[in-house]
Order: sequence, then structure tokens, then C-alpha cells
Amino acid sequence: MLEINNLHVKLEEEDKVILRGVNLKIGAGEVHAIMGPNGSGKSTLSYVLSGRDGYEVTDGSASLDGEELLEMEPEARAAAGLFLAFQYPVEIPGVGNMTFLRTAVNAQRKARNEPEISAGDFLKLVREKAKTLKIDAEMLKRPVNVGFSGGEKKRNEILQMAMLEPKMCILDETDSGLDVDAMKLVSEGVNALRGAGRSFLVITHYQRLLDHIKPDFVHIMAAGRIIKSGGPELALEVENNGYADLLAEGI
Amino acid sequence: MAVLQAKLDALQARLAGLSFAPQGWLGAARAEALTRLTAMGLPGKRDEYWRYTDPTGLNVAAATPVALFDPRDEPPPFDAIDRLKIVFVDGVFDPTQSDALAMDGVVIERLAGAEGADIHWASGLYGVLEARGQNPVQRPLATLNSAFASDGVLIRVTATPSKPISLIYQQKSETSDVILHNCIKVESGAEVILLENGAAAARLNHVTEVEIADNARFHHIRAQGRAHSRQSNTHLFARIGRNAAFKSFTMTANGKLTRNDAVLELLGADSVAHVAGVALGDGAFHHDDTVFITHAAERCESRQVFKKVLKNGAVGVFQGKILVKQGAQKTDGYQISQALLLDGDSQFLAKPELEIYADDVKCSHGSTSGAIDETALFYLRSRGVPLREAQSLLVLAFLAEAISEIEDEVISDDIRQRLQSWLARHEH
Ligand SMILES: Nc1ncnc2c1ncn2[C@@H]1O[C@H](COP(=O)(O)OP(=O)(O)O)[C@@H](O)[C@H]1O
Ligand SMILES: [Mg+2]
Repeated sequence: MLEINNLHVKLEEEDKVILRGVNLKIGAGEVHAIMGPNGSGKSTLSYVLSGRDGYEVTDGSASLDGEELLEMEPEARAAAGLFLAFQYPVEIPGVGNMTFLRTAVNAQRKARNEPEISAGDFLKLVREKAKTLKIDAEMLKRPVNVGFSGGEKKRNEILQMAMLEPKMCILDETDSGLDVDAMKLVSEGVNALRGAGRSFLVITHYQRLLDHIKPDFVHIMAAGRIIKSGGPELALEVENNGYADLLAEGI
Repeated sequence: MAVLQAKLDALQARLAGLSFAPQGWLGAARAEALTRLTAMGLPGKRDEYWRYTDPTGLNVAAATPVALFDPRDEPPPFDAIDRLKIVFVDGVFDPTQSDALAMDGVVIERLAGAEGADIHWASGLYGVLEARGQNPVQRPLATLNSAFASDGVLIRVTATPSKPISLIYQQKSETSDVILHNCIKVESGAEVILLENGAAAARLNHVTEVEIADNARFHHIRAQGRAHSRQSNTHLFARIGRNAAFKSFTMTANGKLTRNDAVLELLGADSVAHVAGVALGDGAFHHDDTVFITHAAERCESRQVFKKVLKNGAVGVFQGKILVKQGAQKTDGYQISQALLLDGDSQFLAKPELEIYADDVKCSHGSTSGAIDETALFYLRSRGVPLREAQSLLVLAFLAEAISEIEDEVISDDIRQRLQSWLARHEH
């Protein structure tokens, strides 16, 4: 599904290197987790994969189902099936959440030469998905993420993911700022989308999210590299011992 | 003195091309206006309210010819709305395109043709609100209009009519130079929607005086002409009674020079005055909104909401003032003017002013200019929305607060579509 080879990234405006040779292969239907200390480059990796400006790829490649990702516009990557649930979802005053969702769904359909979804079908679908995430009609009407609590913003990200049905989902610290109940809701939303065709890259700081979203593989990222990979037990090791030992090993 | 002389010289040059009609009650009002004008002269670049906008094009004797706007496949504004149509072509009333000037609840007359009578209800309005609006800031172009307007409409609204009144100002000549003047009296308890659209002329001088009685409501939605090099200056003067509402929205897309003045007086308690505008300019575009709202009664609310989208050297100006008179307690005044600069060449100049003589009031004003939000743009694109569509969505979002001042949804949808088609023609 997703294949990242020797990815090196620096900031465009500064001589600051952030990713120093990331290698990662995610198969169809697999759930991978990336853990790592703050500032290790996890968000940068997710931004570079989804096409945000401001970064320069100095070496390496990334592909989605064999398609070169790094040359594509962000909207083309989305249409190809890549989705990023943002660590800090963006507020867009003046654009209604519903309008935003419908515009996104139809834009992707158009890019895939599919007909637009009818207003009726769309409404039915949104209501159904919103209900399971406990997102009420009020929230759907409000401008995108404006005045949303931290938890509401994260649930809104999962709603978008559910509506767009991407094949490669990247979740960047979706658990941060969530209380236990909200974390359950979000995890259930994610688990409902798990299936043979769909892969996940779950970025998190804490092991507790992985109790709810059970990963197949866990990777530890530090200083722009994946320094260790393993099964779910690696996350428990981090939980018990912190990153210090792993970091010492990795050097 | 030298400054005044230059203004008087400009006036003499302008007057040479105009003819004065002395008949009836209107002739008297015109003569009175001409006397006031002769003492003022035309506006000069050093006048307080003309620092940011050069009045030369509006002053000179002859209008600069313009190429007509090609609407391509765009329907005319308000096309799908059931309304009473009153059409002027190059400033001349066109009975063949107009509906009969009759509808329940309103009495409509053309200005040209109304002058014969010695007594007319409009004599209490014509040039009267304009004259009141000369203090504390002189507005000579409006006085020129009172003295020389060739046509317009006089509308008395006695009860709420079933549909909007739509003034359509078509332009067919590339050299037309037009002065139009409307008077509208909305009587107690009545509510009316006035729609206006079109360039009218290569150069337009337009005045509307509105009197809103107690418990009356007036809605005004205007789409100004799209010809790229047209020049126009408009004035809205309103006197607003008790428990009454004045709401005006203007969309301006294109036009080499536009100066829109609104001079609104809240004279009765518990009333509202809202004036809003969106302006979109690409290239040779200078757009100036100048607003003066006076709160002279208690518990009134005023809103000024102006948004401009500028690119390729377009210039936007906002001069807005809230004056709260002594005794106008519990005033709620809000003013916002913002520009979205789509490139580094464009410019926004704002002069917000508050002058308050009451102690229990709430007034706020804000003015900003900035570029499109790159983070929001990326967020939209990451959801699959193509760059241009994402940009248009964000531009419309920026304009939303002003558009939401239009109460009627069918009309606001019409305006939104117009904005969208402008954006499609002027892709970034
Ligand atoms: N746009 C940026 N400007 C400046 N520094 C940045 C930018 N993006 C990332 N960084 C820096 O790169 C490093 C990695 O950041 P990030 O990818 O957000 O880490 P993580 O998500 O693992 O906490 C940090 O030192 C951060 O400060
Ligand atoms: Mg991060």
C-alpha cells in the first residue's frame, strides 16, 4: 500500500534537516503505529506524505499502490486515497462543515470520474456517520472546526475520514486532548473503518490509544529516523520504560 | 483660497456641459441645490474625505468612454426573482422593458415628469436629506446631483408590496454620462425591498434619499455595473425613525473608479441601520466606501461590514464613522472593514472613526488586510478539493459576513453566484 524509501526532508526556508532516511512499508489492511518523542519528525512525515508546502525532499521516495506520491498535488494524493487526520485540525471561518464535507466528497468523486453524490444521499450518509461519532446537527452546521473543543475537532477529523473512505489513513496524534470517552468514540470510529483494503498509520505519543486501536506493527521514531520496529509489545515497552533505553540502543 | 478657487473652476467647467431645468417644485429644489453647490465647488484631492481617492474622473466635464461589459453566459442579476422591473437605458427610462409602474402598496413615479406640479410629497425629501448630509462633511457631488439629475424614481411605500422593486440601469452607449436621483418614502408599518443593478453609464452620479418612518423596514441590495473602466459615485442618504430598519448591501465587481457614500441617521429609538458591501477588483480598480452613521436616539444598532478582494494592483478604501450623539444611550455600533489581498501589489486603506458623546454605549471597530490563509488552503486540498476551488471557497468564506447581511436567501444566493462567476473569470 504505502512504501517509503530512504526519505530525507529538510525545511525549505532553513537549513534544518528533519527526516534522515525514513524507511517504511505498510501492506494492505495493516495497521502500523509510529511512536516517538516530541520533535522526532512524526508530523513532518505525515505532512510530507500529504503534500504540505514548506518542506524539501532531498532524497528518497514514497509511493501509494505504486504511484509516486511526492510529485503529486495534495488534492491528487487525496483522490488517490491518502488521508491525514491532522494533529491540529484547521479552523475555517465562513465555510460550513456540511459544505466542506460535500465539496470534498464531490471533488474526489469528480477526480475519479464518478458522478456527484445527490444532496439527499449525502445528507443521509453524513447523518448516519455523524451519529456514531456523536456529532450533532449543530456541529455539522457550524463553520469548520470553529468553536469546536479539542475532542470535537478530532471527532470531526474521523467523520471526514469516514465520509471520504480513503485507503491509506494517517492519524497524527488523534488521541491528544481526548478524554477516555472521546478516545473510545474515536477508536470505535477508526475500528469501524478497518478492513482488508484499508491501511492505517497511527502516530501517537502514548501507548493508551493502541489499547483501543490494536496495531499489527509498532515503529519507534527518533531524530528523523525509525530506530526500531516490532509488534505491539514494543508499545508496552515504551509505556513501561520510556524512550530513554530505546534511544540509547538506537544510537 | 487658492484651493477653493480650483474647486470652483472645476465646477464651472463641469456646469458648462449641463442644462438646468427650472420647472415646478423640482426646479425650486434644484435652484436651492445649485446655490449650495456654487458656494462649495467640486471635491478636491486635499479634502478630508478625498485623501485616498482622486475625484478628478468624477469632476471633469466629459466622461471617459468605456467598453461595454460582456456578460458571456451569465444571466443578469436578480433574473430569477419575481420583481417589478423599472429599466433605464443610459439614464433614460425605457417603458418597453419596464413593467407598469403600479403595484399594491406603492406609488411610483418617474422623476422626469414629476416636476410639473407645484406641490409634491417628494419635495420634503428631494435634496433635503442630501442637504442634511453636508454637515459635518461636504459632499458636493451629491449636491451636483440634486441640481442636475435628469431622471430617477419617486417611490412612496404605503403598505408592504408583494414583490421587490427592481431598478435596472442598462448601459448601451460607451460615452453616456448620467445623473440619476431617487427618493423613497417608506411609511409607517410598511416593508419594501429595493434591488438595483447595472452600470447605467460610462460615468454615473447616483443619489438615493430614503425616509423610513416609525415601524417601517427598508432593504436595499445592489449589484453595481461590471464594465471595467466605468466610473461611478453613489450616495445613499437615509433618515430612520423609531423601531425601524435600514439594510443596504452592495456588490461591486470591476469598475475603474467607484465611490459609494452612505450617510445614515438613526433618529428614533430602537432602530437598526446596517450597511454592507463586497468589492472585487483585479487590476485597474479603485473602490471607496465612505460611511457616516449618526446615532441620535437610544437603543439603536448600527453595523458596517465591508469586505474587499483585491489583486493585480487594485485599491480598496474604507472610511467609516460612527457618531454617537449626546443622549443616544445603549447604542450598539459595530464596524468591520477587511481586505483580502491576493497578491503583494494590491492596497487597502482604511480610516475607521468613532466619535462618542454618550456614556452608556458599546462601539467596536476593526480593520484588517491579509493574504489567503495557506493552512486552511492546504487543509482543503488535503481533503481533495482542487486548488482553485479551495481558493474560491476561502474567498467566499472571507466575504460571508457581509453577504449574510442580506436577509432574503434567494437574493443572497444570486449574489453568491455572481461572486463565484467573477472568481472563475479572475482565477488566481
Ligand atoms: N515548519 C517548521 N518550521 C520550523 N521548524 C519545524 C517546522 N516543522 C517541523 N519543525 C521542526 O522539526 C522537528 C520535528 O517536528 P515534528 O515533525 O512536528 O515532530 P513530532 O510530530 O514528532 O513532534 C521539530 O524540531 C520541529 O520544531
Ligand atoms: Mg507531531
